[in-house]
Amino acid sequence: MFESCADPKSIEGLSWLLCYLTTGKHLDFYWSFVTVLTLLAITAPVALAFGFAGAMAARSHFLPLSLIGKGYTAMVRGVPDIVFFLFFVIALDQGIEWLNHQVQCPDWTEPIRKGLEFRVCPEAKVPLNSAPQSVHKAYGFALAVVTFALVFGAFAANVLYGAMLAVPRAQLETAEAYGMSHRQVFRRILVPQMWVYALPGLSNLWMILIKATPLLFLLGVQDVVYWARELGGAKTSAYEYPHPDWRLWYFLFLLVFYLAFTKLSEKVLNRVSARLSKGQATAAGEALRKAGA
Amino acid sequence: MTTCWETINAYALRSLGYGERLLPRSDFTLCQQFTLIGSGMLWNIYFGVLALLAGFFLANALALAKAAHSPWLRKPAEWFIFVFRGSPLFIQFFLAYEALQMLPKAGIDVFGITVQTAWTTKAWAGALFVLFLNTAAYSAEIFHGALRSIPKGDLEAADAYGITGWSRFIRIEWPTMLRLAWPAYTNEAIFLFHSTALVFFSGFPAFQQRGDALYYANYFADKTFNPFIPYPIVACYFILLTLVVIWLFGRVNRHLNRHLPSNMGSKIRLRPQLIR
Repeated sequence: MFESCADPKSIEGLSWLLCYLTTGKHLDFYWSFVTVLTLLAITAPVALAFGFAGAMAARSHFLPLSLIGKGYTAMVRGVPDIVFFLFFVIALDQGIEWLNHQVQCPDWTEPIRKGLEFRVCPEAKVPLNSAPQSVHKAYGFALAVVTFALVFGAFAANVLYGAMLAVPRAQLETAEAYGMSHRQVFRRILVPQMWVYALPGLSNLWMILIKATPLLFLLGVQDVVYWARELGGAKTSAYEYPHPDWRLWYFLFLLVFYLAFTKLSEKVLNRVSARLSKGQATAAGEALRKAGA
Repeated sequence: MTTCWETINAYALRSLGYGERLLPRSDFTLCQQFTLIGSGMLWNIYFGVLALLAGFFLANALALAKAAHSPWLRKPAEWFIFVFRGSPLFIQFFLAYEALQMLPKAGIDVFGITVQTAWTTKAWAGALFVLFLNTAAYSAEIFHGALRSIPKGDLEAADAYGITGWSRFIRIEWPTMLRLAWPAYTNEAIFLFHSTALVFFSGFPAFQQRGDALYYANYFADKTFNPFIPYPIVACYFILLTLVVIWLFGRVNRHLNRHLPSNMGSKIRLRPQLIR
């Protein structure tokens, strides 16, 4: 990156470290933090939407819909999330290819699952074998995002379902007494009021989501853990920057990153919680009122 | 073609190193998958039970330290809890593995006795240690919260009876803390068992392919390209394990609440929060 780094064998000390930390691979490492943040930025709203849909379905009076919703919310209960991660990544991939296969090659006669193979016609491959490497990477990342959103959507559905039940019944009855329809009560009364009850659960969920991001590594994405292992491993003198096994330091750096991130999130979420409690008929709202008076 | 009974004989204790050495390589049967994955569950149970038992004691100590007035006790406990609750378990596993590998291979000399270090990088010891510290931190936070929500009246009553010091703690505070914390602690236990599935995906190698349930499920999914059989099998096993945990903790909960009128006991709800 810098001109002085042209011959790394000849420099020492701090300038060596500076050159070492700005190699192309290290820049990839720094970019992988952006990957993690991107994952969080996309997953959080999508999972919230999934959760909202799941909670609404679970509340439905239409039996099949409510069964689907309840099944979805119950999904993460009792089974480790890592099992879902490993499962969904392959299952989604195969499901998409299978569907594509039905559309693209209707007269393909060979069975798709033959022995130990899963073989669809070449046109139905997602992404196509001829696609550039970047497309394959993007597809892998997209699969990981959908997987995260599905699993965390189920968590969020749990939280939101509970929050909807926690809104005082009297509030809804008052709205009904004013002649609002079910839909109006839901939109104007229930949803605005449920957030304060949902917030503790959702902030917990956000923390868990942050702490689940290193699992991207297991889904085959080149994330922070991948690069920490790659860069930290011992490098012989055949490399430009030889060094012994430094993985410990790289992982220590990741640990500090995550600690700082969760601490910051906690601070922000506490503020949001105080903001939402304003004027609410809860203990926290009462405490705020007294403090202000 | 071997019968299912033969498969069970060959693989039921495979995860511990007994029985058939070679894992099946082709013609995977449902029986093989059930047996091997079930065999792997032994490791999940081992990690979960031991970490939970040992973690319980450390958690109590940490919760008390965090509630202490002296900053010499409080600060270290707060930092310990912050570090383990604020960072991903996955990273903790990696970090611990790398740190344990830095120990001198030949062993450490303590007063002329050589202490072996090689065993610490094995999953049965290293991963167990990380899980133990991790669950202790989470449980300590739960216990600390419970300690702070002991009803004021209980403590005043103890004062009025002249119960002070150690006997106040052991007869009034600790049982009440445990009673209040139990539902949340049940969740923590469930979560801990779930976390054990991470062990063999996080640096700790599975020696001679002796892994946990998810390790074998992943093996089958890789070999057969079919995730729809092994993963649901793991899920079944874990649901069973979770039910057993809920049942056991429910028994303890009933014992802790036995002095209360039956409608007042804080029942463990059948819908445990799944979030820790």
